[in-house]
Amino acid sequence: MEINEFVQNFASLFDETEASEFSAETNFREIEEWSSFTVLSVIAMVDAEYKVKISGDEIRVAQTILDVYNIVKSKM
Amino acid sequence: MPNPFSLEGKVILITGASSGIGKDTAIECSKMGAQLIITARNPERLNETFGLLQGEYHQQFTADIATDSGIESLAGMLPGLDGIVHVAGIIKPKPFHFLNRNELDEIMNTNFSGPTLLTNALIRKKLIKKQASIVFISSVSGVACSFLGGASYSASKGAINGIVKGMALDLAAKHIRVNSVLPGMIDTGIFDGSAISKEDLIEDRKRYPLGRYGKPTDVAYAVIYLLSDASSWVTGSNLLIDGGFTLL
Repeated sequence: MEINEFVQNFASLFDETEASEFSAETNFREIEEWSSFTVLSVIAMVDAEYKVKISGDEIRVAQTILDVYNIVKSKM
Repeated sequence: MPNPFSLEGKVILITGASSGIGKDTAIECSKMGAQLIITARNPERLNETFGLLQGEYHQQFTADIATDSGIESLAGMLPGLDGIVHVAGIIKPKPFHFLNRNELDEIMNTNFSGPTLLTNALIRKKLIKKQASIVFISSVSGVACSFLGGASYSASKGAINGIVKGMALDLAAKHIRVNSVLPGMIDTGIFDGSAISKEDLIEDRKRYPLGRYGKPTDVAYAVIYLLSDASSWVTGSNLLIDGGFTLL
């Protein structure tokens, strides 16, 4: 798993925010369209792309895309 | 005066009895005098429910009714039944565009096809008595509303809603009644460890006009009514139990 690709996959879950606005350090909680539904999308994307199961509670403690990446990586 | 809600002398099968709504429904039905046959996939937790049943002559069978072999082996062990409560069910919140065939099959098999095919196997074996009552635990989701990420769950519960109507008609000649209950959110831990966080649930709870989520016994008491002779002219109905959730 590669961080840039992970950021791209993460960015693809958003409909209103340009992909170019995302980086590993992006605090996704500050993105306007972030919602509890985006949490579901992140979990589904991680399951589909990386075959890793993470929970809503695990995402709650993450701030940046890199934090989520590290959670996924630790479970691979 | 005889109690019209009594289940005395009735033999009732309850699926999904190892936890949540199934567990409490089994316990409450036993208090109303029913002789129960409880089933679930997990033998340890099923045995825990079994130990909490009041009265005698109850039985427990471990079975996975999402599979044909599970249905066949369970149907082979059952006596004649006065009632069935289909509680076994799963939920896997996921945005619609991420659903795949395996997950759809899993949820439809567990929540819809399994209970349906178990019932028709029992009808063919003539193990469902005249005047019997069949109750499906459906949901407000898929009938009155849905929730974000709940497309597959809602589909399975909507399918139950449809089959209940058809079954009720086809089985009326045998004097077998078929009904469903439509609970809103019940406190059962069904979302533990899932994509839905605890914070989301705390927020969601505020959307219930009666000020709380349901308790498993709220559903159990409705099921008792539908199993009992008190509802002997009720078939094909959906009983809404949602604390007012769908009024808004």
